[in-house]
Amino acid sequence: MAPLHSNSNAMAGSLAPSVHEPALQHHFADLEQQRESSTLGMWVFLITEIMFFGGLFAAYLIYRVGHPAAFQAASEHMLFWAGAINTAVLICSSLMIVFAVHAAQIGQRKAIAWFLLAAILLGVVFLGIKGYEYHDHWVAHKVPGPGFVFDGPDPQAAELFFGLYFIMTGLHALHMVIGIALVAVVAFFAWQGRYSPEYHNPVENVGLYWHFVDIIWIFLFPLLYLISHKHG
Amino acid sequence: MWQNISLWPTEASALAQRVDALFIYLIVITGGVTLLVFAVIGYFVFRYRHTKHPVAEQIEGSLPVEIAWSVIPLGIFMTFFVWGAILYVAEARPPKDAMEVYLVAKQWMWKFQYQTGQREIDSLHVPRGVPVRLTMISQDVIHSFYVPEMRIKTDVLPGRYTTAWFTASKAGHYHLFCAEYCGTLHSGMTGEVVVMEPAAYQAWLQGGAEEGGLASTGGKLFQELGCSTCHRSDTQGRGPNLQGVYGKPVLLDDGRTVIADDDYVRESIVQPAAKVVAGFKPIMPTFQGIVSEEQLLSLIAYVKSLGSPQPGGVVSNRPVVPAASSAPKSQ
Amino acid sequence: MATATQIAGQENYLNTEYGIKSWLLTKDHKRIALLYLVTITLFFFLGGLFAMLIRLELLTPGTGGELVTPDIYNRLFTMHGIVMIFLFLIPSIPAVLGNFLVPLMVGARDLAFPRLNLFSWYLLVGGGGLILYSIITGGADTGWTFYTPFSTQFANTPVIAAALGIFVAGFSSILTGLNFVVTIHRMRAPGLTWSRMPLFLWSIYATSVIQILGTPVLAVTLALVFLERAFQIGVFNPQLGGDPLLFQHLFWFYSHPAVYIMILPSMGVISEVIPCFARKRIFGYSFVAMSSVAIAVFGFLVWAHHMFVAGISLYAALIFSLLSYSVAVPSAVKVFNWTATLYKGSIHLRTPMLYALGFIGLFTMGGMTGLFVASLGIDVHVTDTYFVVAHFHYIMVGGAVMGYLAGIHFWWPKITGKMYPEIWGRIAAGLIFLGFNLTFFPQFVMGYAGAPRRYHTYAPEFQVLNVFSTAGASILAVGYLLPLLYLLWSLRYGKDAGPNPWNAAGLEWTTASPPPAQNFDETPVVTWEAYNYDELPGMPGEEEVGAAAL
Repeated sequence: MAPLHSNSNAMAGSLAPSVHEPALQHHFADLEQQRESSTLGMWVFLITEIMFFGGLFAAYLIYRVGHPAAFQAASEHMLFWAGAINTAVLICSSLMIVFAVHAAQIGQRKAIAWFLLAAILLGVVFLGIKGYEYHDHWVAHKVPGPGFVFDGPDPQAAELFFGLYFIMTGLHALHMVIGIALVAVVAFFAWQGRYSPEYHNPVENVGLYWHFVDIIWIFLFPLLYLISHKHG
Repeated sequence: MWQNISLWPTEASALAQRVDALFIYLIVITGGVTLLVFAVIGYFVFRYRHTKHPVAEQIEGSLPVEIAWSVIPLGIFMTFFVWGAILYVAEARPPKDAMEVYLVAKQWMWKFQYQTGQREIDSLHVPRGVPVRLTMISQDVIHSFYVPEMRIKTDVLPGRYTTAWFTASKAGHYHLFCAEYCGTLHSGMTGEVVVMEPAAYQAWLQGGAEEGGLASTGGKLFQELGCSTCHRSDTQGRGPNLQGVYGKPVLLDDGRTVIADDDYVRESIVQPAAKVVAGFKPIMPTFQGIVSEEQLLSLIAYVKSLGSPQPGGVVSNRPVVPAASSAPKSQ
Repeated sequence: MATATQIAGQENYLNTEYGIKSWLLTKDHKRIALLYLVTITLFFFLGGLFAMLIRLELLTPGTGGELVTPDIYNRLFTMHGIVMIFLFLIPSIPAVLGNFLVPLMVGARDLAFPRLNLFSWYLLVGGGGLILYSIITGGADTGWTFYTPFSTQFANTPVIAAALGIFVAGFSSILTGLNFVVTIHRMRAPGLTWSRMPLFLWSIYATSVIQILGTPVLAVTLALVFLERAFQIGVFNPQLGGDPLLFQHLFWFYSHPAVYIMILPSMGVISEVIPCFARKRIFGYSFVAMSSVAIAVFGFLVWAHHMFVAGISLYAALIFSLLSYSVAVPSAVKVFNWTATLYKGSIHLRTPMLYALGFIGLFTMGGMTGLFVASLGIDVHVTDTYFVVAHFHYIMVGGAVMGYLAGIHFWWPKITGKMYPEIWGRIAAGLIFLGFNLTFFPQFVMGYAGAPRRYHTYAPEFQVLNVFSTAGASILAVGYLLPLLYLLWSLRYGKDAGPNPWNAAGLEWTTASPPPAQNFDETPVVTWEAYNYDELPGMPGEEEVGAAAL
């Protein structure tokens, strides 16, 4: 996302402003084209992410329809409160992102960085709670593989549930880690004063990514945590 | 290599003739259109070659032409679809009185079991003119049961039964190929289907080793494994009474209703907790790893025979079905 | 004679910077296209080597006198499929011709995301490296289709490396598609409306949509395979309650649209070549454009036609068969429109045109046989036999590869500034066409006769057809080697091409050959329709473009 200086040789004949725009990359005609392109690019990327997670959601739905009772029984072993707190944590982190984008729009450069940092911290809290949950599952022999133990009528389907749980939340957590890294980079550039009301596209785009990862969790939480008789 | 070249497979079943007829129809239509297109292209390339036609005429297009060459092919394609679908539906509906044969496939062999108790490896003997239905399962990976000269093919899956059926119309020996890649000796997993005249088939049956019908083998196993302890033929059992249950709807404890088919019976034995009959507790232990696929098939044959009108559970009343010599009474 | 880099002393993208870093760290889409060209050519010949070993083994039916053991044979056909599909065909036209031409055709200086473009190349190289590692450590033996539970539970070959390699290379494909979609949407020159775009761009756009929507599903499916292999998480394991058919549905959800990724760009090339060498606008522009979109959409609705005998329900089979016929209509529409374009044209049978006509012939045959396999009653008999192998090779090789070669020959002057020797181009095109038919037509016969695919040992009655097929493959191999040789030769000794050796329509031909680094000295403003051959001069004569015999 680092801007390049335009190559003055290559600017002739376009609608480029006569003043050098430091943020404008040389192959774009103007900042507006650059902004629209990078936003469209992020949306298209998010569509690919929907398809990526979509395969897992499809597998989950198919097995859940085939083994409804076992999936409900397995879901009872989820730590409901951990999941609920994590949901709140992520929603708050998305709110921080919204504030960061707003700060960028009104030119409060330092505030961008603070809000992004808040989002990062909440993201780290999320990962910490997730780590605690994983540890708890490990101790309770709920990790699929030779050590898996489930005392309920259909341990095979329960193991399927847990397999899908770890894969889906694991993939989500990986996206969180990547998101934290991206937000950190943008926060660093924001602290350096790189963004302005005219140019803050990276803040918006990283916000889009973060919101998307949040939305994935919004779907994961009910499917994995809320289907048992206790809460469903 | 010049002897015995195969350019067209023998038609060894009534279905084969029907499939070949559709194939020839497709060849005629698609071949005709292809040759037509080639001829037109060849003509244009020659007639409008630049030395003889130096200036091209710019033609934008033509809506009626576009519609015509979209709709007409679509109509022709629909005939391909309908005819093919008719054959496929026929292949999916074996006659109710077909002769049952069971198949367990494994890397890299075919294991057949007959109702009469005989077993064969890599070889399937059937009488000419009698519909034969195969109920098939794999012990390991996905295989595929392919008899080119009958024009049938069905994958053989682990964990679930699939079926194929045919009526052989010509006596002879026919290739059986595995048609789903299954590992190192996939190309060695071949066998033969031996179609015999009915009289010869009877003779072959009599000569085979008899160990009691498949259903009676299943009945013995039912006792040995202790199934009869819970699945009594009265209402006192801790498990459901199995008399007449095969093929009928079953109400489960979660409200669903399923049909007690082969897959259901098999699942009930290897994964009993997956579907629990309404009114019963999920206390049945699993027999996965304890019974083989062949044993499961014999148990299914036994359950099928419970409460059916004919002793021994053999439901076909075609003349070539073996006489009662090996048909025991059901439990 | 000047080499490609020294044409007329002008600065172009090839000579603006020298040194290995200027190539490995380039952001210029044209250089990235050449990086891809070298990479996929190497993979093509590797996959081709495997094919030759397969065809040599299949000269004899039995286990005696064999070239390779059944185990090695199984690894050969698996790695042949993986290398050819994921490391050659999927990238080929989009990554080479698409990368080079899309910015030029839209009148832009580069793609929307140049650094992402370079990263895409590194992803292909990385994925290719993993697949090479799989080959070096023995090669996977699951078939390129990785059916479970064999691939997850039973294969004891380097499956994870192969699957991981495809996973990584898949992201190369996704990011390339993303780049093209954004570029076409946002970076078209003033005046270049959608309906003025060359049809190559429509094809690339449709291809990119498929890459974006389909490839992630393959990625997650392969991830599940290697997770199951590594950690025994049994999503596809029937003994743990999993369903092997779920793998097939997920796999084919991508892999069917993937074949349209492989053919649509070739169709786009043909839609450029035919108008140029018939000197007239394409017949039915909007129908050809819409057919690309229709193929992309319908292509996502037919995946289970690979599973007609796999154990799907009767009703599912009926629906998928019906839908499969719908996707054949737009392809037929294209063939008819290309044919109609020849009507009252002024035909020049140069090398690109020969490849294009060869494409139409072979693609038509391959497409017609698709009508056979879409018919349920026939498919039961021919699925998993050589009939299907012949069907897809007619489309993928007879179609996609010939389209690729048509494009390489058409745009070679633009990319390198050089002309290749026309006579050798024609000879190679002819050899490839003949060799191809001899290789694969006998396989249709063999398949209907009952010969299953993926067989190291086969029934003796199929030997004659196998021998014909191997003979054809030898001719085909020579045919493919020729362009490698004379195209390389042309870099040093070929005649200078000039900006537009074909007097072709399209923005890419308005700039120098090879183009300057920034593509255009001034951003073009488009006021004309595509294929304005009525306004362009005629095709230069043969002697003007150095088409003399050697």
